This record gives sequence, C-alpha cells and structure tokens, in this order.
Amino acid sequence: MSTPLIELRQVSFGYDARPVLLDVDLDIQPSSFIGILGPSGSGKTTLLRAILGQIRPQRGSISRAPGTAVSYVPQLETVNWNFPVTVGQCVLMSRIGKRLVPWASPAERRLVTQVLDRLGIADLQDRHIRDLSGGQQQRMFIARALLRDPSLLLLDEPTSGVDVATRHEVLHLLQDLNSDGIAIILTTHDLNGLAAHLPELVALRTRILARGTPEDVVKPWVLEQVFGARMEVLQHLGMPVVVDPFAADRRAG
Amino acid sequence: MTTLLEPFAYSFFVKGLIVATVAGALCGSIGVFIVLRGMSYIGHGLSHAIFGGFAASSVIGLNYYLGAGLWGLLSALAIQKVSRRRGISADAAIGVITTASFALGIAILTFYGNKGPSFDAALFGSILGVTTTDVWILVGVAVFALLVVTLNYRRLLFTTFDADVAAVSGVNVGHVDALLMLVLSLSILSTLTVIGVTLVAATLVVPAVIARMLTVSFHRMLIISTVIGATSGFVGMNLSYHLDVPSGTTIVLVGAAIFGIVLAVTGGRTLRRTRDLDDVVDLPLVPVPSRNAER
Repeated sequence: MSTPLIELRQVSFGYDARPVLLDVDLDIQPSSFIGILGPSGSGKTTLLRAILGQIRPQRGSISRAPGTAVSYVPQLETVNWNFPVTVGQCVLMSRIGKRLVPWASPAERRLVTQVLDRLGIADLQDRHIRDLSGGQQQRMFIARALLRDPSLLLLDEPTSGVDVATRHEVLHLLQDLNSDGIAIILTTHDLNGLAAHLPELVALRTRILARGTPEDVVKPWVLEQVFGARMEVLQHLGMPVVVDPFAADRRAG
Repeated sequence: MTTLLEPFAYSFFVKGLIVATVAGALCGSIGVFIVLRGMSYIGHGLSHAIFGGFAASSVIGLNYYLGAGLWGLLSALAIQKVSRRRGISADAAIGVITTASFALGIAILTFYGNKGPSFDAALFGSILGVTTTDVWILVGVAVFALLVVTLNYRRLLFTTFDADVAAVSGVNVGHVDALLMLVLSLSILSTLTVIGVTLVAATLVVPAVIARMLTVSFHRMLIISTVIGATSGFVGMNLSYHLDVPSGTTIVLVGAAIFGIVLAVTGGRTLRRTRDLDDVVDLPLVPVPSRNAER
C-alpha cells in the first residue's frame, strides 16, 4: 500500500459542545474512490472541511503528504446561478496569483480549453453558467477544480438534485478521473443512485459506523444506525438495492 | 450651446465636474462587487457610519479624511466580520452597526456643535465645497482602487462568487474582504463632498444594477457599470448647475433615468438577472434549497 495522501487519526470536532465528528480514522490513498454516506447532519460536510483544512480538529490529527493538492467541487444547490460569469471565466477563477493582470494569457486560455475539452464542454466556454444542463454545470466545476492539478478531488453531494442521466454522466466522469490517478472523495445520501455504484463506502453518523464495499456497508443494520430508519436491502445483479419498507407496505396494503 | 458651456468658465464647477465624473466611475466599479455580494445596503449604511466619524473628527479637530476614513474602515470591517459569521445576514449587520454610528454622530454634533465642514453639504452634497485637495484625494483614491481591482481581480471575483471555495483554493478571503472594504470606505469618503451621505449609496448600486441587466459577463459588467457611473456623474453635475439642484440629487436621478431607459428598451426581459442581487453570495458549505428555479 502506498503512502496515504491524507491521514485522519482519532479526529473529533464539534460546534458549541455538540459533537459532529468523534474519533474518526480515515486513510485516503492516491487511488481512493470513497463515498461518505450519511443523512443531513451526520458530519459529512464537516469531515470534508476537516480534510480541506478549513477546520482544525479539537482532538486527533490530520496529516497531509507533501505535495498533495486538494480541490473542492461545491454542491450545485449552493451556487448563485444568476452571477454574471461565463463558463470560461468561472473555470479561470482557480488560477489564483498566477498573473498580475485580470485578463487570461494565451497559455491560460489554452489550458482552460484543454481541461474543458477533456470534460467535453470546450464549446460552451462563452455561455453563461445558468445556460448549462445539470451535468454540464457539474463538469464546469470539476474543470475549475482540475485546473489546479489536484491529487485529491472532494465533491459535496455531486448528484444532489440532478436527474438520472446526469447522475450516470457524473459517475462515469468521476470513474474516468479516478482511473487517471486522481483520488476522489464524495459525500452522498443517495443510496441506490450513487453509493451502491462506488468501490468504497464510509458510513458516517458522527462516528464511522462501517467501511468497505457497498456489499459490506449497505446492510439493514448499518443503514438503520446511520439513517435512523429501518430499510430492506435486496440484491440485484450483484448490487445492493435499498427498499423503503414503509413505502412498500403502503403500496401493498 | 453657450449656455451649456457657461459653467465651464468657473473653476469651482470644473473641479466639481471632475470629482463627480471620477466619483461616478469609482463608485460604479466598486459597486459591482458590492451589489454581487448582496451587500447593496452597505453603501447606504457605510455613508451613515462615516457621518459618525465626520462628527467625531469635527469635534476633536482631527482631519476629516483621517478621522471619518478610519471610522468608516473600522465600521466596514466590523460589518464584514459579523456578516461572514453564520447566523446573521449582511443586511442585519449593516443595519445595527451603521445606524448606531450615525446616531452617535448626531448626538456628538448636538452636544458639541459642528466645527468642521458643512453639515448640509455632508448630507446632500455640494459642488461649492469642492477644493483642489478634494480633487487630488479623489484621484488618488481612484488610482488606488484601480490598482487594487487590477492586481486582485481574480481573488475579488472568486470571493464574490463563492467565498468558501475560494478559501479552500488558496485565497485569503479575510484579506480580500478587508481590501475591498478599505477601497469602499475610501471611495465613499472621497465622494461624500459632492454626492452626500444620503445619496452616495445610489451611485454604488444603480450603475451596477443597470450593467447587470445589460450583460452576463463579469468583466463587461465592470466596464459598463464604470462608464454608466461616470456618465451619471458628468451629466448629473451639469444638470445640477443648470437646474440649481444639489449635485447628489441630479447625479442619482440621471442614473435612475438610465435605469428606466434600459428597462424600457429591454422590455424588462433582463430584469430577472438582478433577482439574486439581494442575496448574500457567501453561501456556506451546507445545502440550501431551490436550484435553477428559473431556467
């Protein structure tokens, strides 16, 4: 096993004496592709903030391997889509401190085109960010993150509020990036649409309750602990499929 | 034509015209950042806060620019600091801090009387009060603002668009915010003489809102807003002379007229672009509802 990019050891953090993370141990390897699974308020975003270095753990430690560059892709639902910025301008934002004048150099323009081309949206550079589909918007923010040449990409709920086709598009894109050598950590509460398709899951509810493949983690007892509700798990083509028993009961009866 | 050129024979008018035009351009450009950060109210609030500094420096005999400038900067930083915290909106922070400062200014002037620049000129603006020193100070502030915006363009844009992601991408958000507040305080301070406490906010907000209606590109918005601000200042100052109305009033009315023309020409189609301008752009790393409500 290679040296981890990020190591979290017994990390604890809380707001106003309310614990949000407790004794979290996590190694992020250069090849990691991990989904942090949990409901709202389970500590997923706080864990991302800790990995990003935005918050310091109140207990425990976080170490980062030298040269590890971390990029962050925000949740689409938190973006001000009315902001007057085109796709090219948005991507270029991450080139901080590279140039004293506002306009992009020819080399920077080429770089932006290259990264947008890699994500299949090079022809949308001059469009306003609102005039993109959900998948294109996600690609744009991933392009902005990639412009910093990261070894680790963090995504906050990348499929929240998007349709099925966009979810597949984003998932395949992330799989490609991971194959290209970028470690990926994402948060999700989407069990069937996303979590079940990831190579590794971490079930979080203040503490890490389970870790492993979807088959290891997506178990009724784990889901009940994490989400606080009873769920049934079926198998379909070797993948776990979560069924809400209350909805099934209502339909049956 | 002769009537139109008549005021140019007076040096006080030429000085006022330079100040109004440069002030319009300055406030127009800085206003873009303020409006897009959902802090439109800050111009109004900060000018009132600076009035507290105006009163205090008048009483203790301190230079107006130094006393009111320091007061304004501290108020702006306090607003920024409070509003970046979760749980209190920028508007609420501005409301509390600046009205308290304005009230303190009135209380000081009531107790000790006004020993400095004209009270009315500070409130409503006057071209008669413009000195050569005022012109040079404003030009200095405009050059400083130009340098700050040019050298920090991407940082300012990034923190305005998404402060959280900017922070994790290596931008010192606190530093950028402080720099913007410094430029804003200096801009308001150096334009108060012509535009006045009560109307300076409009010179920050109106050009930026018009520019937003005309473009979806950030750098074009910056250019258009600056040009509209300068035009409002130039035309407004001329109208002020010919109509014998306070300069701040005519400058703001010209801006409002341009807004009305753009609204009429575009048939209100572009008005929707200004919809989110009253939202605080500094969004936390937590889910908020309604995405692409209007696509």
